[in-house]
Amino acid sequence: MYDDRLVIAGREFKSRLWVGTGKYKDFAETRKAIEVSGADVVTVAVRRVNITDRSKENLLDYIDPKKYTILPNTAGCYTVEDAVRYARLARAAGISDLVKLEVLGDEKTLFPDTAGLIEAARILIKEGFIVLPYTNDDPIVAKKLVDIGCPAVMPLAAPIGSGLGIRNPYNLKIIMETVKVPIIVDAGVGTASDAALAMEYGADAVLMNTAIAGAKDPIAMAEAMKYAVHAGRLAHKAGRIPRKLYATASSPIEGML
Amino acid sequence: MAEAMQIQVNGLPRDCRSGLTVGDLLRELDIKTERVAVELNLEILDRKDFELRSLKAGDRVEILSFIGGGGLVSRERMERGRTDV
Repeated sequence: MYDDRLVIAGREFKSRLWVGTGKYKDFAETRKAIEVSGADVVTVAVRRVNITDRSKENLLDYIDPKKYTILPNTAGCYTVEDAVRYARLARAAGISDLVKLEVLGDEKTLFPDTAGLIEAARILIKEGFIVLPYTNDDPIVAKKLVDIGCPAVMPLAAPIGSGLGIRNPYNLKIIMETVKVPIIVDAGVGTASDAALAMEYGADAVLMNTAIAGAKDPIAMAEAMKYAVHAGRLAHKAGRIPRKLYATASSPIEGML
Repeated sequence: MAEAMQIQVNGLPRDCRSGLTVGDLLRELDIKTERVAVELNLEILDRKDFELRSLKAGDRVEILSFIGGGGLVSRERMERGRTDV
C-alpha cells in the first residue's frame, strides 16, 4: 500500500476515517469501536464535570490523547457566542488549538447556521484556533470558510444522525472542485456504502458517529467503515471507468470458432 | 478561623470557606487539573492561575471537561426520534 496521508494545517493523519465518541453503551465499547475502526482522530464534546458523582469515569481514561488526535467540537451550540465560548473552553482544557466548529441552526435538523459559522470561525481564527467547520453542502459557504482561513471544510452528507447518506452528491463534487483544502464529509452517513461513495467522489476523509454507535453491532460496523473508507479512497485514486449505456465485451473475439 | 461563604459550582450552590482558591476547590471536589477548563464568572482561567485565584461569596465557577460526542443527541433521544424515511 502506498503512503497516502492526510495533511491538515501541517498535521499528518494516517486514517481517513474520523469518528465521534458519543452514544455508545459505555466507554469500553467506545474504545473498542474506535480501535477496530482504525481512526486516529476522535471528536469529543465539552461539558460540565459531574461534581455530585465523582465515581463516574472519564472518557479520556479510555482514549489515550497520545495515541489519538482529540478533536473537541462545539456540538450543541446555537449561537456564535456559545460556539466561541465552548471552543475557548476546549482549548483551556488543554488538548490543542484544533476545534470542530459547529453553530447549529435549529434542533430539528441540526443544520449548520452558516452565517453564524462564518462569524464564529473568523473570531476563532484570529485567536489562533485551527478551525474545522461543520458546514452545509453549499459550495459558496465552503469557499468563504476557506477564504477566511479554515484549513479544511466539513460539509454534511445529510442531517446529523439521520443515516440518509449523501443527499446532494453534485454539491459535494462542486465543493471538491471549488476549494483546494481537504474535505471531510461529516454527518449523515448511514452505512458502509455511503462512506465508500463519499471517498469515491473524492472526499479526503469521512467523519461519523451515529452510523457506528447506533448500529446493532457497533464493533462490526466500525470494521465495515474502516474497509469502506479505505476501498473508496483506493477506488478514487485508481480512477473508475466511465459509465456507458451499452455493453463492451471483456473477452476477445479472435480465436472463436 | 476562616469564614464560610456560598459560591456556585456548575450551577449548584456550595458552601466553602472564604479565601478558597480555585486549586483548593478542585482538590476538594477530587478533580484532577489536567484536561479541565475552569470558568470563573465567565472568565476562562489559565491553568497556572488556579492556585492564585481566590474565590469570594457569590462567585460562579464552571468546571468543564471532555465527554463523548460527535453529534449532539443522546442515545435516548436518538431512539425517540427514530423514524424510517
